[in-house]
Amino acid sequence: MTVDRDFERIYRGTLAIGSSVPRVDAFDKVTGRQIFAADYYSPDMLWAGVKRAGIPHGRVEYLHVERAASLAGVHAILTHEDVRGSNRQGVVRKDQPVLCNDKVRHCGDAVALVLAESKEVLRQALDLVGVGLEPLPAVFDAEQAMKEGAPLVHEDHEAGNILLEGHLKTGAGEDARDECDILIEACFKTPRQEHAYLETEVGWAQMGDDGRLTIVCSTQTPFRDRAEVAEALGLKYTDIRIIAPYPGGAFGGKDGVTVQSLLGLAALHSGGRPVKMWWGREESFVCGTKRHAATMYYTLGAKSDGSLHYLKVRLYLDTGPYDHLGGVVLALGLEHSGGPYRIPNVVLDGWCAYTNNPVGGAFRGFGVTQVTAAMEQMMDMLAEKLGMDPLNLRLRNAVKTGDRNFVGKTLVNSTGVTECLEVLAAHPLWKEKDAWKSSADTFKKRGVGIAALMHASGYGPFVPDFANAKIQLTEQGKVRVYCGVVDMGQGNASTNLQIVGSILGQDAAHIELVQPDTDRTLPSGSASASRCTYTFGNALIGAAGILKERILQRAADLLMAPDAKHFALVPGSVRHLRDGRELPLSLVAQYLNESERIAVYRFRAPVAGEVMPVGEDLRLHGFPHTLFSYGAHLAYVEVDELTGKVSVERYLAVSDCGTVINPQVYEQQIHGGIAQGVGFALSEEFQVKEGRVLTPGFSTYLIPTAADVPEMESIPVQLYEQTGPFGLKGVGEISTNGPLPAISNALFDALGAREGEYPLTPERVARVIGAGDWLNASGSMLRW
Amino acid sequence: MEIAFFLNGTPVKLDVAPDRRVVDLLREDLGLTGTKEACGTGDCGACTILVDNESRLSCLMLAAQLDGRTVATIEGLSQGESLHVIQEAFIECGAVQCGFCTPGMVASSVDLLHRIPSPTRQEIREGLSGNLCRCTGYQKIVDAVELAVRKLQEDR
Repeated sequence: MTVDRDFERIYRGTLAIGSSVPRVDAFDKVTGRQIFAADYYSPDMLWAGVKRAGIPHGRVEYLHVERAASLAGVHAILTHEDVRGSNRQGVVRKDQPVLCNDKVRHCGDAVALVLAESKEVLRQALDLVGVGLEPLPAVFDAEQAMKEGAPLVHEDHEAGNILLEGHLKTGAGEDARDECDILIEACFKTPRQEHAYLETEVGWAQMGDDGRLTIVCSTQTPFRDRAEVAEALGLKYTDIRIIAPYPGGAFGGKDGVTVQSLLGLAALHSGGRPVKMWWGREESFVCGTKRHAATMYYTLGAKSDGSLHYLKVRLYLDTGPYDHLGGVVLALGLEHSGGPYRIPNVVLDGWCAYTNNPVGGAFRGFGVTQVTAAMEQMMDMLAEKLGMDPLNLRLRNAVKTGDRNFVGKTLVNSTGVTECLEVLAAHPLWKEKDAWKSSADTFKKRGVGIAALMHASGYGPFVPDFANAKIQLTEQGKVRVYCGVVDMGQGNASTNLQIVGSILGQDAAHIELVQPDTDRTLPSGSASASRCTYTFGNALIGAAGILKERILQRAADLLMAPDAKHFALVPGSVRHLRDGRELPLSLVAQYLNESERIAVYRFRAPVAGEVMPVGEDLRLHGFPHTLFSYGAHLAYVEVDELTGKVSVERYLAVSDCGTVINPQVYEQQIHGGIAQGVGFALSEEFQVKEGRVLTPGFSTYLIPTAADVPEMESIPVQLYEQTGPFGLKGVGEISTNGPLPAISNALFDALGAREGEYPLTPERVARVIGAGDWLNASGSMLRW
Repeated sequence: MEIAFFLNGTPVKLDVAPDRRVVDLLREDLGLTGTKEACGTGDCGACTILVDNESRLSCLMLAAQLDGRTVATIEGLSQGESLHVIQEAFIECGAVQCGFCTPGMVASSVDLLHRIPSPTRQEIREGLSGNLCRCTGYQKIVDAVELAVRKLQEDR
């Protein structure tokens, strides 16, 4: 069945901006040749594994390792006493032990590290490690954790169990409540969500003869990992090299250290032998980070003409026992809690609290997914009460460039939420929705729902959102791009190639990519925050421009031509445009010395000039942003009245993420985000009882299959963003935020009732249908 | 025990522990790391291989079960730069993102087209529903299988 086709046909041809160039990584990935971190093996390799706490909170009384150590094939068993550094890791507050010394704070905490000759011996040895833990009173709810007398997760934390709180008041604040003609109140609870990347946390490490530690791992953050590992293990920063191959999915779950410090510690005690650690699926589910569970109390007030007047939000995030960017998630959640609307009077209060649940952390959407679920349902509930079309209510209040958004930030960049809503309004799926709804079969009800979206990109005003691009003309005359930002599947490596190729006139055959490697590529921040191509792309444009000028000038000098402007780069060569003479790039490269053949350019993303009255803490955690992508989503939903099963039949995503460099890669991001959002809305119920994970695998935690995701349509509204590379903005996260509110709004459209807890599983939907006590939009669901 | 089977067209004889998992045999003993492991419990399909032209989960198979069989892994579906029509379609349609599910997804697609040469989109979705992908939302994978079917029909 193998067919002989000209593969080059797919890859050659234009790298022009705006064209769907096939991804550069696709060939190796479809043939199985791509080497992921999981694919690193060596002949004399040891396997490393972790003994986990198994209880949510307890004092470490003793560790008995003798029996395990006496097992044939066990190389070493390490505890906190073997850690020479701070034994603490984390991005903001470094509060997570590599190996627990005093306490365990969640079931997945690491207490001992075993090195063994084989996976089989490792498993036996881990069972034989004796861990004596004295159980401590534990706390499993963010609001409870903040109450007086709640068990403390970190006794040394001044603010008790409150990792971070944030507050903002604009306009008249609470006084504006009485000025509203209509008030809606409701409470929403969104659950944890598991990233469920196919490649679980994995890495390979070895101490070299030169005393340097090399770690190959599945990560979004190689440079930050290096700093964390160095501090935790007491190593010199420069003695660590992190190599980051393409991860097999990440979505925020590899935004920070997973296996890295443990692997580094193992390699320090392996006698120079390479070490591999690969978490199993259950270990990944129990020990990896999750989207923060959120409880959100909302009050939204409007004038009778439909203009939003007042918003009050109380937001509680359960961050588990460690600060895995929990404070930053809270800040971004608060900043998006009022959606893409003008609201003159706002009171926002948010808390991110420590508990003994699994660790909350970064997950595509990053706090915005939660608050959008709440706010976009509030908008529909308000529209219902006003008797207004939900789309018109959104259009009436949508922000435009020059407006202040609901936190008071003046929008100075492109602001396309209105355009997105207008495209949605003109789409057949919106215009023909009534006909579709009325053609439902017996015992089926149909509804259509929408949601308007915004999503910031970058790190905010304080942490520098920078990238350092490096491009080299090799001696062979090829262009080598040193990618500073990880491509975890979103395709930014291919986009880098397209950007460089378009500027330097080269096709894919003349460009090489070097994936992130702390020894070879330059620090360029994390693969996160919808910032990869925006920030790194801008840096690449600068570096490519420098190299282009050098190449053309040297070619002009070599050919004794008066003006470099008469030359152009074509694949493999420089061409004089007037007389057609060509110089191969391999020749030009010989006439440039090594330093001339490398161009480096640094770009730092612009930040908000205004300082919001939110306190220094929230500002340090990224409040506010200046650049936002926007969107408008629509879902066609059918519910089975007998079983409660909800299915999404069609889905439309209109997005303002600036101009599009590669339509295929862009659409991949939109599709993937929608699918994760559909799972969040309908099936992904990460159940935790008293800190224990009840859904530790794919048979109990249901992510969407091909049969569960609807046909999706993505329409980009290509507004040109002045600060973006070729006019683009971030597209990585925004589409994750739409499905839950759009689907829930559609369900209300179908049934006239709404549920405040998610996911909308058949059990949950059937129970409420059966009970007949769904509360409609004119009442509140869970009053407080 | 000693087992003999055809692996990607080549006869192999191995002395292995009978309870060695096939996924370990392939990845660790034979260096064929194109076959991925993502759950180890038969839930995700990432380790899918073709045994006697039918899709099988290599994390649930033991080495002894390969004796006398014909096995194809992702490495055996292409020859040099010449790709299987499904691999080619995956590239063209953008059905690949992180790529970790891709080898298993390609193997399952081959199996699907063996069983149903001209599947509807719904049949493709159901046929691949044992293979989890967390990146793509599946639509471009379905597009790719459809494209492969069209290419095969054109070639006929």
